[in-house]
Amino acid sequence: MSTTSKSRAFPTHIVVFLAPAVIVYTLFMIYPLIDSLRLSFFATGPDNKEYFVGLQNYVKLFTDSNYAPRFWGALKNNIVFFLVHMLVQNPIGLLLAALLASGGWGRKFYRTVLFMPTVLSFVIIGFIWNLILSPLWGVAESILKAVGLGALFRPWLGLESTALVTISLISVWQFVGIPMILFYAALIGIPEELIEAARVDGATGWQVFWRIKFPLILPTVGIVGILTFVGNFNAFDLIYTIKGALAGPNFSTDIMGTLFYRTFFGQQLQLGNPTMGATVAAMMFLIILSGVLIYMFLWQRRVQTVEM
Amino acid sequence: MRKHVVLAVLLLIALVLSACAQATPTQAPPAGEATQPPAAGEATQPPAAGGEKVTLIIESWRNDDLPIWQDVIIPAFEAKYPNIHVVFSPTAPAEYNGVLNSKLEAGTAGDLITCRPFDASLKLYEKGYLAPLNDLPGMENFTDFAKTAWSTDDLSVTFCVPMASVIHGFFYNKEAFDKLGLQEPTTWDEFYQVLDKIKADGTYIPLVMGTADMWEAATMGFQNIGPNYWKGEEGRLALIRGEAKFTDEPYIKTWQQLARWREYLPPGFESVKYPDAQALFTLGKGAVYPTGSWEIALFEKQASFPLGIFKPPVEKAGDQCYISDHVDIALGMNAATKHPEAAKTFLSWVASAEFAELYGNALPGFFPLHSTPVELKDPLAQEFVSWRNECKSTIRNSYHILSRGEPNLENELWRVSAAVINGTMTPEQAAQEIQAGLDKWYKPKP
Repeated sequence: MSTTSKSRAFPTHIVVFLAPAVIVYTLFMIYPLIDSLRLSFFATGPDNKEYFVGLQNYVKLFTDSNYAPRFWGALKNNIVFFLVHMLVQNPIGLLLAALLASGGWGRKFYRTVLFMPTVLSFVIIGFIWNLILSPLWGVAESILKAVGLGALFRPWLGLESTALVTISLISVWQFVGIPMILFYAALIGIPEELIEAARVDGATGWQVFWRIKFPLILPTVGIVGILTFVGNFNAFDLIYTIKGALAGPNFSTDIMGTLFYRTFFGQQLQLGNPTMGATVAAMMFLIILSGVLIYMFLWQRRVQTVEM
Repeated sequence: MRKHVVLAVLLLIALVLSACAQATPTQAPPAGEATQPPAAGEATQPPAAGGEKVTLIIESWRNDDLPIWQDVIIPAFEAKYPNIHVVFSPTAPAEYNGVLNSKLEAGTAGDLITCRPFDASLKLYEKGYLAPLNDLPGMENFTDFAKTAWSTDDLSVTFCVPMASVIHGFFYNKEAFDKLGLQEPTTWDEFYQVLDKIKADGTYIPLVMGTADMWEAATMGFQNIGPNYWKGEEGRLALIRGEAKFTDEPYIKTWQQLARWREYLPPGFESVKYPDAQALFTLGKGAVYPTGSWEIALFEKQASFPLGIFKPPVEKAGDQCYISDHVDIALGMNAATKHPEAAKTFLSWVASAEFAELYGNALPGFFPLHSTPVELKDPLAQEFVSWRNECKSTIRNSYHILSRGEPNLENELWRVSAAVINGTMTPEQAAQEIQAGLDKWYKPKP
């Protein structure tokens, strides 16, 4: 190869390699996203034509006595849904990853088993948990009875006070494998020398974890956090399969995804309203966007990836 | 080398552009073609000239009924009219409305359209997709009540031929009733006496229903027992005219009855789903099951015990009874069909007593709306339909006119009725929320 270019030529190859991704991404992601945002500024008139109405749909979403309680209710429920994941799913994921990374018998087996629910379909997860928790045929009640706690059993999925947390925990069960694998990959990437050095200096296992390992996997903590945030505010499937689009009882499990679905596609006798649906979708986009921006500017800039 | 790369890029762009350019012209013609004579490409359906055979296509969401149409209904029609060939072409129920709308817009829909009741079909008629059928021979076989679901609000135009309705009521386990020496209840007092006895005995769950899916609470609860309180059509039309409100006594009383059901329902009924409740009853673990005639076929197949049915209870013995006899399915004609005469011939046949008898017996629990009584062979179906002679029929009050705005009345009824049974809402609160939702958009015409 004797190519020694004299002048900097136009990098055609870059264009070629980028073109497929740029074209596909623009056509199937950016264009629909912008068109959906555009739609949220329109409303359908009585003659089935769309008219530009400015911010009217947003005003309606925030103030109308029909839409506003649903929107704020869905947002509140979505925050609860997210907090349960942050407080339960991610710490458990970290704990499991730490246990797996510490080695020992059956590590590969447990790694696979714990990750398995993640690859199952939502429909299967919803069906299985409906059966497990069913007050008629479920095993949950018999298990509780076997340990003498039968009186604690409630139809958790059907009660307004517990349905949302129950579904959140089912989702945690399903997705705990993802933070686990990410933390696990980060933990086994830590050089053995550092840990040995700490041990030589007299650090206990607890100290090694919190003083050496945890600071080194902080970037992964951020990634897991933002993945959870984006995933939770886009969630829809599990609630739809377990509770349907009306997200009962009495809207207690209604989150942004189900609100969007119900508004956009309609439900039973309620006809779909594409423009209000696009408004809800735009709000979901803004919420997720602001979350991602906070992560990028407040977290990612402070946390330094340690190169070793 | 660089030249090849540039060439490759140009080729790629050209490909994408040509793909885009091709997409537009192929999509355009169907819309504009409606007024023109059939193009050469559409010669699959020959014109109905002379003795030539005409093919009619039926759009439907009843994919469960495909074998019945293919083996029973269509052969019976074709034996009479050998020149017309009929194809039943159903879509999955949940996709039907969407698929049908896009087919109609593109001009590729079948000749005959199965009609959903009320607003969905009315919208199709208003857009000009369904032909008016007022002068169709056979249309006189249906009462105004049967035609309401597929007519304009002033009943001046009817656009679908009514096919069937479903009747609400209570199924019961005859074995359980015999064992405990119980009689079919007719009044509310008797109803609760029966339930109390079943509860005291403890072998059976007195009343089998769950509230997890919510619609049972509204459809099998509220719309089932309510007509006796709001006096059927009288109360339903009064709501539409704005003379009655959901906060009135009949509606509060209906929800109060539902609230009383709570203590007789299966344990953990809040998370019991519709298929759970069906299984619980057909396994013989329950005694009474509030529902509708559409369960006949499934229950007769799955239950190993004899089944009985009784009407929604009334307040005092001898009171006029009302039943929810909900119109559900009809058949209309695509306004753009190329064979309007053949389609009308078929629709006239659908409006005949012969079709009513065929259909009613092939699908027990779906009752023909024909004004001449149809001889049904299934004993449970016979009993259901006999209620029409003693009681006045009405339809679910949330289906006609009152579900056109936001919040949607039907969805709201699901939500509050389930909450009333769960005990998280009082009947009065339910009534206020429903009326407030309706007042928000519905202005009755004076």
